[in-house]
Amino acid sequence: MKSVFALICGLLFGAGLAMSGMTDTAKVLGFLDLFGRWDPALMFVMGGAVVVTLVGFRLVLRRSRPVCDERFNLPANRRIDRRLLAGAAVFGLGWGLYGYCPGPALSALVYLEIKTLAFVLAMISGMAVVHGWEKREAKRL
Amino acid sequence: MSMFLPALLGGLLIGVAAVGLLLLLGRIAGISGIVWGAFTGGAEAKWRWLFVAGLLVGAAGYHLLSGAPYPEPSALPLWQALLAGFVVGVGVKLGSGCTSGHGVCGLARLSLRSLVATLTFMAAGIATVFVLRHLL
Repeated sequence: MKSVFALICGLLFGAGLAMSGMTDTAKVLGFLDLFGRWDPALMFVMGGAVVVTLVGFRLVLRRSRPVCDERFNLPANRRIDRRLLAGAAVFGLGWGLYGYCPGPALSALVYLEIKTLAFVLAMISGMAVVHGWEKREAKRL
Repeated sequence: MSMFLPALLGGLLIGVAAVGLLLLLGRIAGISGIVWGAFTGGAEAKWRWLFVAGLLVGAAGYHLLSGAPYPEPSALPLWQALLAGFVVGVGVKLGSGCTSGHGVCGLARLSLRSLVATLTFMAAGIATVFVLRHLL
């Protein structure tokens, strides 16, 4: 059941990304071009999504547990450190460089463009490089 | 307003998906974390792969059912896609999240950490486009 639910949530998420325009790199770059010919449309994506999660999360978290698990799995880290800031800044740089963040890049794979596949494979390599670096750091400590 | 309607409706749908994942699986819909976990998650990898498959099929289904054309392919060169993808991968792993985890879900949890991350990657994205389009 857990797998079916995950698939359904993924379907809705992917449909939402495609509908919203987030899988259109030109639109995303137009949105980030605040000081040029700014296209504000994508503000409504984050806006619409956050309105739903803001209310929905509150209602869901009144429950003692999710439907398919013993407890909720929520990030506990609250630290605002150099790592967070550097990571977010580097991510933003990559986002502005091409116009994809991770979700839309994955959804856009269905458009069957070789450059999108290249983006996704490079993205996973980037994650793996940081993971390897973290493991070495952990060993040294 | 009508030009903003698909963005708003798409956003609402993304929100519903994120609330659904929390309600049903008790998980945060952070795409970068889910993708990484699909490769490394062991027993918890399966649901992540299915979620990722859903992202693709959901997008295809939207275009199929609505008749909306696929977006124009990017005119940017392959090397830029590779570089950007790598940089995004490094950034989201280091910063523990992307637009969905920190933005859509973190903001809803009123996490200051996620707010700082969201403002930072928005600013960095805007700065990058500014440099590429207006300075170079």
